Amino acid sequence: MQKIPQWADVVLVPLISLLLAAIISALVIIAIGQDPIEAVKLMVIGALGSTYGWGYTLYYATNFIFTGLAVSVAFHAKLFNIGGEGQAMIGGLGVAIAALYIPWPHWSIALLGCTCSAAIFGALWGYLPAILQAKRGSHIVITTIMFNFIAAGLLNYVLVNVMRPPASMDPATASFPPATHLPTLHDLLMPLGINFSRTTPANITFLIAFLAAVFVWLLIWKTRLGYSIRSFGQSGSAAKYAGINPVKITVITMLISGGLAGMMSINTTMGEAERLILNAPEGAGFIGIAVALMGRSHPLGVVLASLLFGFLYQGGAELAMWMAIPRELIVVIQALVILFTGALDNMVRLPINALLTIIQKSGDAK
Amino acid sequence: MTINDKKGRHETVVPAIELVNISKAFGAVQANKDISIRVMPGTIHGIIGENGAGKSTLMSILYGYYKADKGEIFIKGSQTSIPDSQAAISAGIGMVFQHFKLVQNFTVLENIILGVEDGAMLRPSLAKARKSLTELAKEYELNVDPDANIEDLSVGHQQRVEILKALYRQANILILDEPTGVLTPAEANQLFRILHRLRDEGKTILLITHKLREIMNITETVSVMRRGEIVATVPTSQTSPEALAELMVGRKVLLRVDKKPAKPGAKILDVKNLRVVDEVGIERLKGVDFHVRSGEVLGIAGVAGNGQSELLAVLGGYQKATGTVKINEKPIEVGSASQGQSRRANGLSHVPEDRQQEGLIMEFTAWENSVFGYHHDAGIQNGIFMNNAAIRNEAQAKIERFDIRPPDPRLKARNFSGGNQQKIVLAREIERDPEILLVGQPTRGVDIGAIEFIHRQIMTLRDKGKAVLLVSVELDEVLSLSDRIAVMFDGNIMGERLASETDEKELGLLMAGVKTGTN
Repeated sequence: MQKIPQWADVVLVPLISLLLAAIISALVIIAIGQDPIEAVKLMVIGALGSTYGWGYTLYYATNFIFTGLAVSVAFHAKLFNIGGEGQAMIGGLGVAIAALYIPWPHWSIALLGCTCSAAIFGALWGYLPAILQAKRGSHIVITTIMFNFIAAGLLNYVLVNVMRPPASMDPATASFPPATHLPTLHDLLMPLGINFSRTTPANITFLIAFLAAVFVWLLIWKTRLGYSIRSFGQSGSAAKYAGINPVKITVITMLISGGLAGMMSINTTMGEAERLILNAPEGAGFIGIAVALMGRSHPLGVVLASLLFGFLYQGGAELAMWMAIPRELIVVIQALVILFTGALDNMVRLPINALLTIIQKSGDAK
Repeated sequence: MTINDKKGRHETVVPAIELVNISKAFGAVQANKDISIRVMPGTIHGIIGENGAGKSTLMSILYGYYKADKGEIFIKGSQTSIPDSQAAISAGIGMVFQHFKLVQNFTVLENIILGVEDGAMLRPSLAKARKSLTELAKEYELNVDPDANIEDLSVGHQQRVEILKALYRQANILILDEPTGVLTPAEANQLFRILHRLRDEGKTILLITHKLREIMNITETVSVMRRGEIVATVPTSQTSPEALAELMVGRKVLLRVDKKPAKPGAKILDVKNLRVVDEVGIERLKGVDFHVRSGEVLGIAGVAGNGQSELLAVLGGYQKATGTVKINEKPIEVGSASQGQSRRANGLSHVPEDRQQEGLIMEFTAWENSVFGYHHDAGIQNGIFMNNAAIRNEAQAKIERFDIRPPDPRLKARNFSGGNQQKIVLAREIERDPEILLVGQPTRGVDIGAIEFIHRQIMTLRDKGKAVLLVSVELDEVLSLSDRIAVMFDGNIMGERLASETDEKELGLLMAGVKTGTN
């Protein structure tokens, strides 16, 4: 079997998958009597046509980078971490506790402290399923899903009964003190002479997401730990032979994965809401799975896929606002993208592979 | 077409099987190329070739698993198309696979009627099968208890059930794929007796194997395959093992290992009362004692599944056990299953039995695999990172020293042939210059050319004064490499012999669990 060239693997196949998803989406839009060309225009202008659109696109993308990296790291150890959502929620709790109860002198130190706190809380939420998997053989897919519900319940309890300011009717914490407010992209780009929209939630966390991607890349491909994680993921029996402790690797991998998912809440809780609200991740933990699949568990792929999904989120919101396309249809479009880029990957990959082999063969024959 | 238009031959007998110009390609790989064979009825016809020579593909075409790209199949002179295994069965072809296709918790009778029940109720079919089984047993000496569960039968008897299954389906042509791989020498001899009997009764037998001795012992005609082609078909009486080996590999091969006298020194590995109980509570090792000295090879012979794998896993540090193991007089930890790193630090290297499941990560490149298990070594670190450039360079050098092909450290392990994969493992473990080397099945699925090389490497290590523990199910290999031989049966060591003072017959009895004489 000929090997598919790398450019086809990482560029051509996802592009064709996207195109197929777009065509079917267009058919659905036509079926409800709307104009798909108009819809695409609106999405592109809405998500990328202004700094306002970009601000939201990047804000969503930041969330997806963190959760996508979380799923990717676990996936290198063949652990399917479906619990990004719960880990992000508990990470938010870590942010809120650190932001509210520690008197931070400056936002930069607050960012550092709260990031650590978010990572530790998220990691803790990944640790329990990891231990259950490694020691008791409870399947991590099941336990991480369960832990999403437990996280939601726990957060509900904490917000309603413990952290809610007495006078408030809202299940949320008090607003964080001003010293913890993060600079937005508007604040960061102003000194460079770029007037970025003031009203968008995109903030400095976007840069941290980039750093996290670089960190994951170094970890997975340049360190002993990453080597061990990949070995364990590729072959459990070989890892045993090599003296890699499966319990240790499972736990460490899930700590890192949970930590990354937890760090997402810096963006939502500290950067945007500036207080902890119920259901802050808004499904980003699950989108992370699609992002990791589409990005083939590679940090660069995850960043690119996150930008795409950020675009779909923001563009979809614009569609719902300006056209007679119901909100549910936006979800359908997003689902189609996930379906084609993630689940139906081989449907596109295999024919392309065969086609390229034929082309190569006829090239050789000449 | 009838056999009469074939020029130059004057048989009046119609061949049982005739293949004409069979070709089959998988992508760019030509697995079978213009294969033409005639198998005469009432004979045992051997097909021999190295792994990847295309034997299995050819048999799969004959049994309807693959469709040939071109070529024709004649069964008893009439052209037959075999699109699936049902068609093969109705053409009178029966197949005995290397890995049996039996339902473990069904009885022999139930397995035999599986797929050929006559109607919704089982009772009449079972009665019919019982009757015909009695007849077959009488006719071919194929005695098996029809009411025994498969899981309670020995491997040799399970194989008989496979043969009975084929005969019950009226097979006149039997194809056996590596039938002796899992048998003791005694069981193999019994199988050969059965095959002779079947042949005498007029059945045609096609035997696929890589063992030269079997071909020489029981076939009438042998076809040699190399790289998808039949390179020769000769009467067995007119050829020799050396000639066949040369045909298989395409060059002269040294079949004997060049062994200098051993100079055993101090006890390097000392094992006392080693016991292993597996996760379902079955005792796999039942108190094993032995030692290995420097400068000698201790061979562990035995049929697969008698505790050898567990023994290697314990010594390799990834299986819990009780008992004592000393390396250089120093006791090592056997009560924990993650001692792989400390074993390596104690100077123990391990070439595992299964290179694809254990020794290599198939999706990793050759250079990544070249430090597998040693990735914590200080020498290959660069601060907190691994020094990948240095590892790659060292891998390139190892590839040259061990003549691994293709010589590209960036290729994934799965893109190398079996022999070259084994060389990657061997290069990694031997170049550590270990005090003791554990080797499991060093030449399983490895072609003859590479076998010669691997055996030489093991002997060189022993002559340098290292201790070698060799586990192999190939009795020839154990006999030719070892200085002392211990035979394992059912988790025990049945006996220990000097290689120079024993033979296959004595070892074969020990492998079957029969105590003979004294040590």
